[in-house]
Amino acid sequence: MSNPLTPTPGDQPVLVVGGISDSHTWNLVYLQLLVEEHGHRVVNLGPCVPEDLLIGEALVHDPALIVISSVNGHGYHDGMRTVTRLREHPGLGDVPVVIGGKLGIAGPCGDEEEAALRAAGYDEVFEESADGIAAFRRMLDALPQRALV
Amino acid sequence: MTGAGFGAFVRRAHDAGRLVVQPRMGMSSPERMRAGLLATRDADATTVGTLTLDSYTRVGDLESAQLAVLEGVDLNGYPLVSHETATTRRVLDGIHGPRFPVQVRHGSAAPQHIFRALTAVGLDASEGGPVSYCLPYGRVPLRESVAHWTESCEHFSTLRRTGAEPHLETFGGCVLGQLCPPGLLVAVSVLEALFFRRHGIRSISVSYAQQTNRRQDSEAVAALRSLCTRFLSDTEWHVVVYAYMGLFPETEHGARRLLAQAAELAVESGSERLIVKTVAESRRIPSVAENVSALEYAAAVAERTARDPLEGTGTETYAEAYALVDAVLNLDDDLGTALLKAFSEGRLDVPYCLHPDNAGLSRSYIAEDGRLCWSDVGNMPLSGVVDARPAHTVTSSELLASLSYVRRSFDDHNTRP
Repeated sequence: MSNPLTPTPGDQPVLVVGGISDSHTWNLVYLQLLVEEHGHRVVNLGPCVPEDLLIGEALVHDPALIVISSVNGHGYHDGMRTVTRLREHPGLGDVPVVIGGKLGIAGPCGDEEEAALRAAGYDEVFEESADGIAAFRRMLDALPQRALV
Repeated sequence: MTGAGFGAFVRRAHDAGRLVVQPRMGMSSPERMRAGLLATRDADATTVGTLTLDSYTRVGDLESAQLAVLEGVDLNGYPLVSHETATTRRVLDGIHGPRFPVQVRHGSAAPQHIFRALTAVGLDASEGGPVSYCLPYGRVPLRESVAHWTESCEHFSTLRRTGAEPHLETFGGCVLGQLCPPGLLVAVSVLEALFFRRHGIRSISVSYAQQTNRRQDSEAVAALRSLCTRFLSDTEWHVVVYAYMGLFPETEHGARRLLAQAAELAVESGSERLIVKTVAESRRIPSVAENVSALEYAAAVAERTARDPLEGTGTETYAEAYALVDAVLNLDDDLGTALLKAFSEGRLDVPYCLHPDNAGLSRSYIAEDGRLCWSDVGNMPLSGVVDARPAHTVTSSELLASLSYVRRSFDDHNTRP
């Protein structure tokens, strides 16, 4: 585990968000702890986050990263909608956004869906697996550089 | 007690010495939904059917559900409100009836549209609750959820005028799925049952979800039965046990062993119904065949298990659940108001729950022997009742280890208590 760092007040937070129709929360509790341990302040919006709320909170908090997590199988469809709305919004075209979890009702989504999610505006797509978590942690470690761009 | 309806069916099966087993099943296609109900009915087990609704219908996003129906996109459940009434009647035609009742499972904190739709197609059994379908998972304020559930119960109870006996199951015994100590699960289940009763429902089931320790689970179901005997004496009620609701074992042997333990817990504790899980659970939504296999396996285990209930009131789990129920009932004569007060004062406090109407001061942990315990009871009236062990702040890996405890134990061939 990485050493927890003390976040500086005023740092851009990481928004942790459940998919619009996804009521699961253990994934969000886990992600909050994990992101905090990498030295980032977390604003956890909880489950079932509607797009308007996400957009509003993103404009208020100016996050370094938005993490969308979903396990109910609607992750792909909900995720496409959400990122399209987000990217269309003035001021949110460049905010880093990633998505992960169980994204399809028939198990992991395929390369085609992953490519579609990236094309729609996600910077990264993580499947729920040990490899997915490792890749997510590497991204968190790299985050300050990303945020300064 | 009337002879028709979900509660009466389960009662008759129990009296005949059989455990009722039930899947969690919902597909967006009417043809596949009908095939799933038929396969459930025809399984070699005493079964009831399930229509699990999709997530869009649950959160009231009927536009998305309707769009999916029009475009033929597969959802994670059956969009009851978006399909034509005639379509759902065709799904149920010749299947739903006194010999095979069907329950609608959803998860909505604002379920009026769901109750209207299910009564319109002739169904009379559902589940949920003002607390359990609000706090852990959604964004609806608790105050609104209580109002929505009051209205829904009162609408649902009017079905009795048609000769039906509407049945509601509390989801309170499954709050957050895992890592909620059993005393609080039992208390919420009992309180939601009382809430249903006070709003006109007379046929009720109370849920309890299998947790991390077999003995503690038996104590919890015994406590639940004792409290229902005490508080629901004028009501037809039964207990439904849920196979583990958290991270499920990934191996076939682990998944089957965990399901077998759930079936044994149900029968030994004198419970009447079991919601199964399948070997595919850890990976994806299970197929119909996988559900049938789980139903038949659970029924076979139940068949060779004898009823052997524990005495209900002598355990810490009972003392804890009783203290919580008693404290809430004393807050206000109106149970809805009492529940709101209880959560705003932290008298009920679900550990790790992110909802703004939950105090969020309580914390739980898994002890060496696998029992689920409190490390912090917050403002719940449990001092002197439970022995909370203060713990250091949990890290992400420790949380993941706790969340994976059951999966790991059952996948690893360990002998469990």
